[in-house]
Amino acid sequence: MPNSALWAVDLFGKVHTLSTAGQYWELCKDSQLEFKRVSAATQCCWGIACDNQVYVYVCASDVPIRCREEAYENQRWNPVGGFCEKLLPSDRWQWSDVSGLQHRPLDGVALPSPHWAWESDWYVDENFGGEPTEKGGWTYAIDFPATYTRDKKWNSCVRRRRWIRYRRYKSRDTWAKIPSKDDPEQLPDPFNDLSVGGWEITDEPVGRLSVWAVSLQGKVWYREDVNHPNPEGSSWSLMDTPGEVVQISCGPHDLLWATLWEGQALVREGINRNNPKGSSWSIVEPPTSENGIMHVSVGVGVVWAVTKDRKVWGIGCEDRAIYFRQGVTQSELSGKTWKAIIASREYDRSHSGSSSSLLSAGCFFGDEVRGSGESCAPSDTDASSEAERPGPDQPGPAGSVDSPRNPRDSLALGSGSGRTTEPAEEETTGPAIQTPGLEPHPGPASTLAELPWTNIDLKEPKRAPSHPAAGFPEASGLSTLGLLPLGLEEPYGADDHPLWAWVSGGGCAVEPHTVLKWFTVQSGLSPSMQTLSMSITPAQTAAWRKQIFQQLTERTKRELENFRHYEQAVEQSVWVKTGALQWWCDWKPHKWVDVRVALEQFTGLDGARDSILFIYYVVHEEKKYIHVFLNEVTVLVPVLNETKHSFALYTPERTRQRWPVRLAAATEQDMNDWLALLNLSCCESRRVHGRPSPQAIWSVTCKGDIFVSEPSPDLEAPEHMLPCDQMFWRQMGGHLRVVEANGQGVVWGIGYDHTAWVYTGGYGGGCFQGLASSTSNIYTQSDVKCVYIYENQRWNPVTGYSSRGLPTDRYMWSDASGLQECTKAGTKPPSLQWTWVSDWAVDFSVPGGTDQEGWQYASDFPASYHGYKTMKDFVRRRCWARKCKLVTTGPWLEVAPLTLADVSIIPERPGADRSGHNIALWAVSDKGDVLCRLGVSELNPAGSSWLHVGTDQPFTSVSIGACHQVWAVARDGSAFYRGSVSPAQPAGDCWYHIPSPTKQRLKQVSVGQTSVYALDENGNLWYRQGVTPSYPQGSSWEHVSNNVRRVSVGPLDQVWVIANKVQGSHSLSRGTVCHRTGVRPREPKGQGWDYGIGVSKAGLGLHGHSVCAGTWHQGWWEAPDSPSGMLDLPVSPLGPWQPWVTRLSPSRGAGITSPSGPMPPEPSGAGPRRELPSAVWSRASPGHPHRWPGPRRRPLAPSAAKAASRTRKQAARRCEGSRVICEPSRLSH
Amino acid sequence: MTDDKDVLRDVWFGRIPTCFTLYQDEITEREAEPYYLLLPRVSYLTLVTDKVKKHFQKVMRQEDISEIWFEYEGTPLKWHYPIGLLFDLLASSSALPWNITVHFKSFPEKDLLHCPSKDAIEAHFMSCVKEADALKHKSQVINEMQKKDHKQLWMGLQNDRFDQFWAINRKLMEYPAEENGFRYIPFRIYQTTTERPFIQKLFRPVAADGQLHTLGDLLKDTCPSAITPEDGEKKNQVLIHGIEPMLETPLQWLSEHLSYPDNFLHISIIPQPTD
Repeated sequence: MPNSALWAVDLFGKVHTLSTAGQYWELCKDSQLEFKRVSAATQCCWGIACDNQVYVYVCASDVPIRCREEAYENQRWNPVGGFCEKLLPSDRWQWSDVSGLQHRPLDGVALPSPHWAWESDWYVDENFGGEPTEKGGWTYAIDFPATYTRDKKWNSCVRRRRWIRYRRYKSRDTWAKIPSKDDPEQLPDPFNDLSVGGWEITDEPVGRLSVWAVSLQGKVWYREDVNHPNPEGSSWSLMDTPGEVVQISCGPHDLLWATLWEGQALVREGINRNNPKGSSWSIVEPPTSENGIMHVSVGVGVVWAVTKDRKVWGIGCEDRAIYFRQGVTQSELSGKTWKAIIASREYDRSHSGSSSSLLSAGCFFGDEVRGSGESCAPSDTDASSEAERPGPDQPGPAGSVDSPRNPRDSLALGSGSGRTTEPAEEETTGPAIQTPGLEPHPGPASTLAELPWTNIDLKEPKRAPSHPAAGFPEASGLSTLGLLPLGLEEPYGADDHPLWAWVSGGGCAVEPHTVLKWFTVQSGLSPSMQTLSMSITPAQTAAWRKQIFQQLTERTKRELENFRHYEQAVEQSVWVKTGALQWWCDWKPHKWVDVRVALEQFTGLDGARDSILFIYYVVHEEKKYIHVFLNEVTVLVPVLNETKHSFALYTPERTRQRWPVRLAAATEQDMNDWLALLNLSCCESRRVHGRPSPQAIWSVTCKGDIFVSEPSPDLEAPEHMLPCDQMFWRQMGGHLRVVEANGQGVVWGIGYDHTAWVYTGGYGGGCFQGLASSTSNIYTQSDVKCVYIYENQRWNPVTGYSSRGLPTDRYMWSDASGLQECTKAGTKPPSLQWTWVSDWAVDFSVPGGTDQEGWQYASDFPASYHGYKTMKDFVRRRCWARKCKLVTTGPWLEVAPLTLADVSIIPERPGADRSGHNIALWAVSDKGDVLCRLGVSELNPAGSSWLHVGTDQPFTSVSIGACHQVWAVARDGSAFYRGSVSPAQPAGDCWYHIPSPTKQRLKQVSVGQTSVYALDENGNLWYRQGVTPSYPQGSSWEHVSNNVRRVSVGPLDQVWVIANKVQGSHSLSRGTVCHRTGVRPREPKGQGWDYGIGVSKAGLGLHGHSVCAGTWHQGWWEAPDSPSGMLDLPVSPLGPWQPWVTRLSPSRGAGITSPSGPMPPEPSGAGPRRELPSAVWSRASPGHPHRWPGPRRRPLAPSAAKAASRTRKQAARRCEGSRVICEPSRLSH
Repeated sequence: MTDDKDVLRDVWFGRIPTCFTLYQDEITEREAEPYYLLLPRVSYLTLVTDKVKKHFQKVMRQEDISEIWFEYEGTPLKWHYPIGLLFDLLASSSALPWNITVHFKSFPEKDLLHCPSKDAIEAHFMSCVKEADALKHKSQVINEMQKKDHKQLWMGLQNDRFDQFWAINRKLMEYPAEENGFRYIPFRIYQTTTERPFIQKLFRPVAADGQLHTLGDLLKDTCPSAITPEDGEKKNQVLIHGIEPMLETPLQWLSEHLSYPDNFLHISIIPQPTD
């Protein structure tokens, strides 16, 4: 989770923020203005200042907000002057928009507000659908309006070209006034209340916000078009209301409530992704007719309301039942002990936003809370512990007076201490917070009890008489919270602690596992502790620690070096650990059977420890056992599915057989213990321990598990290359989708939720505790991914589309393939590690597009789907997604705040002297921005900041080669080469547009030392011809192979691909890692495929029935000349790798892919499972008709050289025409 | 970058090359060869000298054999002190290997405890562990352990099995997250110059003001004479496991990483060798 902030306004209108990572309130950077109301979202905050104007505060980021303006220049041909500006009277404007209907002269395009600035001057767009026009950007047609083409034909009578100019939002980290230039008739009168929310309505990363405001006259206004590229929105539009509104509250989802003067509440209905404004109001009567609602506040699935008799009401969204909130009665409030304080806290917590009407509680609570403030001063800790004590309460049904107090509410983390040890620090309060898990959709009975609450207890016992306590739902909880300033009558000294007037937690996300430093006074630790998590510095640099390490090494040398021939006093005996596990019996009866296992450890003659794992089982009442030598084990893979805690154990032999030993433990703890012990034993027998070396080879499986392998010296020996199936892999904690290493210890990863992570230098974490884990550098890591299911419907003449299909049809709720039934209720998170964090929602971002309700149509199952209905469409489907989350630990630290889609680090050979240079690292954000990381070094692998590299369109992939060649792929499928990238100029100067291969859209690019490979959307692999140091753009694409899903080129131009093969009617697409052998400078074509690898680690049968059946996708690095590892083989969750299943009969194939299905018989026979990979590969290789061309570095033959120079000239000409699309980096900032 | 876990390993696998020689007055049937052995620093003499005993008994008559005991330069070696401590305290400045004299006669009753069997060592070891945990956690951790866990601690030490030992001992090294350390640090300070066998006091890892106590703080409090005055010449060495940690080292860290298997920090203060 990136840091987020809580926003608050003090009594004097000053705005403060409190970061989830920080400990102190910070005054807002732009403190000129005084505010009466703020409402925060993640990246921005809206507020009403005391001048009654609306302001928006957009937080700064490394990525600018930029917007493209475009205009078209139109020309018509006439016989006299050729193409000229003279158009026919019936023609469009000479300068127009894309439709031609609107006049749009270049100098008439104005900035929308003073908060924008032009980035550069107008220029012509040379890029036409991914291809350069080479003709000044002109495109030709017969007449307006028509289809334009690149080429001028005999009948081309008109032409046009596009001019582009970028504007950039400049008012960041400051309050930007929202210009009110609306129609005077409808000019909003001064606003009284304002609420932002709605950012969860769509999943898209455009940052759309719903901004609602209430004017003094009681009208409701909606701000149109507020989204990330347009943070100000465009205009206010008046919403009709059935009465005068006093206050409004907008939740992150579709909840919008307002209160009327009369005391009723208004609920907006019909808010959805297509209509964020909603369609109609409906009135909700107050809970008691005599006391109207004064204030409402909504969250994800809950509404809190304060009525005029100061009772607080909550409404769970599920059943709209009303619950009474405890403890707000007058009698209780006048209590005198801590009970009363709990009550008042309780009150305040639910009383979100009562501050809007100061008359409400201010005076009323004044006495009471002041009293408590005094009494809490001497005994803070006790007080809060007392406050935490209330027992679990039952959720109250409607009208119940019982408190539906959340039991987790009592898990307050901190004491409500207001003591600050350092007077110099900003005097702040020490709020107490509760961070229960987010349960967006609590069940009806326990709605209230499960509501996510964060309780901030802001009391300051020393100076101010009291402080308000307020609560707000955590995470994506309520959008607006009010804080009640109490003791208003007290004078507010200059050095006094702030008294709060308003708070907004809308943008403040508090994860259950996050430790907030808001409540405790850090003691005994240096202030630098606060920044510890922000940068990766070797935390262990203290002199005393160094000295101990050093002296221990010296001691060992002194006392042992010359005496190694001495006998050991204690002979290593055999040590046995036994236990009970379950073992997957691969032959009849094909099920999990209870076994006894014993791990015997002994010391060999050479002092090395080795271990044997025995598995004792009973078959037909006959006792048998199998055993595994742990020094032969190559990898231990946890296989977590919905039901079992199991793991698989591979040896080279078993890898070739694809027959791992699979064991399951009763509990997670049990499995972790065994995994850790077995891993430790394996590592010990291979003498691997501690931190992976900088040259280590990293990979991720398609389940997100991270593995690392130490390159052995054998890997470097060209004669006796270590077969890849003998490489030993050990697991690192954490969960990643992409991992990228540079061979010098800098390792970055990207999670499934696009979060960027950097390796901290630790090891272990996750299921590895104790000795298998390092003490330091292990942090909490979380990841979020979606589970997808499909709703299928067939058309029939009577009812139209319905869930009644033909008997032959797929399940009406299914996985993507339609083969597995997946209902909303029955679908579980991928494994026990994952928990749901959202409800099912329609996914609109599926390929092919959808209609307004998310449906995709087709003539029949299975077919290609499109997003609109035609006459021929008899079936339709839509995709539902549900987010699930995993929390683990590992040697990773988040690189906040940007989220990434791709990352590439310059590969470096070990030993190369790069000291003094920063390590080049490029990335593409998930929004498509190209970024260059500054300040990355071995000591600071996280780097310091992003440098935004401007592009004309979103990008999808980037790769940097060993000589600072940066290639990238844009969303339109064309490639770009970044010119002049060097250590001195890390962001280069301009993009060179490289057209994609004819009629193909590229999707990924990978650069080695000199080779450039690209992959298109149809799985074709292309090699860039003619790349030379003097002409790094190359000349043309040469087709290499089809059927490829992912390519990775190493620092020595080694080529790795994940081959793709979709298997017939089964959904199981297969990703197989292939390696081109023999690619060397002198053998550019290579020698052939390395068959023995890749397939080796197939986690066959290890995955469950679920849609994203995961198998073991291994990225392999087998560099004959270099042990350095750079590996990026991210794996699609929907693409399990099943290279050999086609060879089996369908039933067997299916059986193997499911752990509970039957497995082929004969454990030791020569069944299909027993086939060697080479056999499989000999089938697979004819599928790749093209030989692999290696990098061409042989001297060219004279004719070839001539040809090359010719193409180079052509290309150079083209390059001259190619425009400098982006300004150099310094202009980016 | 080295991890703290490596310290545990280094500490555990510390070895002292030792040469055992039979005391000259012992009566032998034939000449007794010296016996060379790598002694684990963290173990106890009588626990790891079965081989020595066997070696010398071969050359002796049965009737001359009684309880074995060891002596270094005239000082009888207490078997209930860890070997590393004995070496640091008595022999750290001498050349390696460590020359230990083996006796079978005239047991120094006033200096040494009898060690009739391994059970005596186990009892001593476990009582130390329990005492340490009483200081660290009011005995809560050790009492929550099962009998087999206790056994695993002992067997780990006896068989020199790092993993086996630390799988259990790890729990003894934990402390509540809200605290900054143990309740008290189990430590003993040994000096050759005094009559008193060792110094042991209640000492907290964290000061009242929240600052972590360091090794220097401990010495200042318990054994001020060991500290070199600011302008003075260094007179003493403070040794743990044969190394001299800086006085700035936090005591809590030392306790977690440089304790002996009995969970005590055994600190030797010896005069600075005058080369």
